[in-house]
Amino acid sequence: MPSAAARVVLVTGVSRFLGARVANTLQADPGIERVIGVDTVPPTMSLGRTEFVRVDIRTPGIAKIIASAEVDTVVHLNLVTSPAASRSKAKELNVIGTMQLLAACQRSPDMRKLVVRSSAAVYGSSPRDPAVFTERDEPAEAPSGGYAKDAVEVEGYVRGLVRRRSDLAVSVLRFANFLGPGVDSPLTRYLRLPVVPTVLGFDPRLQFVHEDDGVEVLRRMTVEDHPGCYNVAGDGVLLLSQALRRAGRPSVPMPAQSIAAFGDLGRRFAGLSGFSPELLRWLTYGRVLDTAALADELAWRPKYSSEAALADFVSVRGPGPGAPLRLLDRLIATPVRD
Amino acid sequence: MTNAQESGGEGARVIPLTPPHRPAAAVPGPPGGAPDRDPLERRVAAGLAFLRRRLQGDYEVDEFGFDPELNSAVLLPVARALYEHWFRVELSGLENVPAGTGALLVANHSGTIPIDGVMLSVAVHDHLHRDLRLLGADLVYQVPLLGHLARKAGHTLACPADAARLLGKGELVGVFPEGFKGVGKPYADRYKLQRFGRGGFVGTALRAGVPIVPVAIVGAEEIYPKIADLKPLARLLGLPYFPVTPTFPWLGPAGLVPLPSKWVIRFGEPIPLDGYDTASADDPMTVFNLTDHVRETVQQMLYDTLLRRGPAFV
Repeated sequence: MPSAAARVVLVTGVSRFLGARVANTLQADPGIERVIGVDTVPPTMSLGRTEFVRVDIRTPGIAKIIASAEVDTVVHLNLVTSPAASRSKAKELNVIGTMQLLAACQRSPDMRKLVVRSSAAVYGSSPRDPAVFTERDEPAEAPSGGYAKDAVEVEGYVRGLVRRRSDLAVSVLRFANFLGPGVDSPLTRYLRLPVVPTVLGFDPRLQFVHEDDGVEVLRRMTVEDHPGCYNVAGDGVLLLSQALRRAGRPSVPMPAQSIAAFGDLGRRFAGLSGFSPELLRWLTYGRVLDTAALADELAWRPKYSSEAALADFVSVRGPGPGAPLRLLDRLIATPVRD
Repeated sequence: MTNAQESGGEGARVIPLTPPHRPAAAVPGPPGGAPDRDPLERRVAAGLAFLRRRLQGDYEVDEFGFDPELNSAVLLPVARALYEHWFRVELSGLENVPAGTGALLVANHSGTIPIDGVMLSVAVHDHLHRDLRLLGADLVYQVPLLGHLARKAGHTLACPADAARLLGKGELVGVFPEGFKGVGKPYADRYKLQRFGRGGFVGTALRAGVPIVPVAIVGAEEIYPKIADLKPLARLLGLPYFPVTPTFPWLGPAGLVPLPSKWVIRFGEPIPLDGYDTASADDPMTVFNLTDHVRETVQQMLYDTLLRRGPAFV
């Protein structure tokens, strides 16, 4: 579809990891004339021929950029999922920023395509969930706070835009938790704790998406036309206990309330990121996505399964096997005498 | 001697993770001793290899959280002890369960604590060599430990989406349409089927195009005879009922030991749904009629099987 091909692409949240990787991939595509990256802070890594504009998407400045550069494709990666920023500020960025950006998109006559990074957190996590969520499923318990609620609201505003500008190709991507050597998120910080607390009596089913696959999906959504809402996750499912064993992390089960309290202490005194309520719910009840729609639409499967994404993350960050495994290996190595 | 070498070689093939055993097994020992030691050694080695896989996380679970290895090596053996020695379960009508294709097993529910589901799983696993995927109430998945053990044993939440997904994969799905009304009914009402939910299971089977296999479980009614229900306490704990049995709570934890009733599980002839198209799943009258038909079939099977079993505790 050459008529719909992206010419001038605007990437929001370009100074963060995902934005930078996507901008870098897009600028290497000779079919794209210009890649404009916007964020509130300058990027830390080189972005090739990407033009960086320092602008807060919560301000009308974003509309001026979209109008003056004749942007036809917006890749909105600004969803702040980390609790490092204060909650009210993150909410401002996520919701108000999106509203402002979408307003600018609706006004611009050049706009043809919008790609939005959303999160699987919109499905919530509860014991009443179906085992596997498809894109059509409603959450059993709608997320009540945190970035999950932001993502729900962002998707709501995006649907509003789709109603008003039916000529736009809008793709909404609900990503499972990112994992990979370059990812820094509440999840990776959790997995890197010296002793990992788990919720007593629960063993959630988890899915991961490797950063490379995430970038590839975003690239294809940008350069090709795939309107709709898609779940994005690596194939396969890991249980938390299984993931921790594979990562060689010692874990200790604790009641959920005390994990929250420890997380709070860690945030206050040790500069850790703490446990947001939605992370804690995910670590209690888990969540699995059906990715068949994405695989059908793109005729593509993620290169990394959930398992492989974890293995790649562990190979870079992880220590060796845990103490019990080493002990067992020594036991096996000793010839059995009876 | 050749016998010992053969089994030693076989042991090395089965347990690739333990090379140090190979020389030990192949060493020509005293002619009578080696064959005696081998099976034990092999079991120890297999046990260690199993432990190593578990500690390393080197196993697969499906999207429902089903862990076949844990289920057959740890969870089922525990249940099997009850199945064989405590309840002495007898089966009939195994040939009625379709082999290799999807089917919906619809059973009566009883016993105050849903041990009938566990026993049905053992029966299907050991005698039909398939994994039964039960659909459980959401309460199961709220309770710590129980929720993830149920998932690891292959069970999932009773919702149309999960049932359809499992049946679509050709799995054997089990459901207890009576739900809490069945499992928590007073002892006086034993073997009287309660309302079969709202017939959701019929719609699921119609949409998936699988037959319904009626199942009668006799014996579960007597394991914890519920003679009273402490409703305020149940409400306080968020439970559907708080049972009082002849032994619970009077004997404390000992009251949790089920009475050793004699069980019979009977699989009835499949009720084919070929005559209906998937659109009839949206026709409430068809669904109600089929629900009643299945309910009556299970009730009739229950009475027959109950007569055949005779006294409950012999």
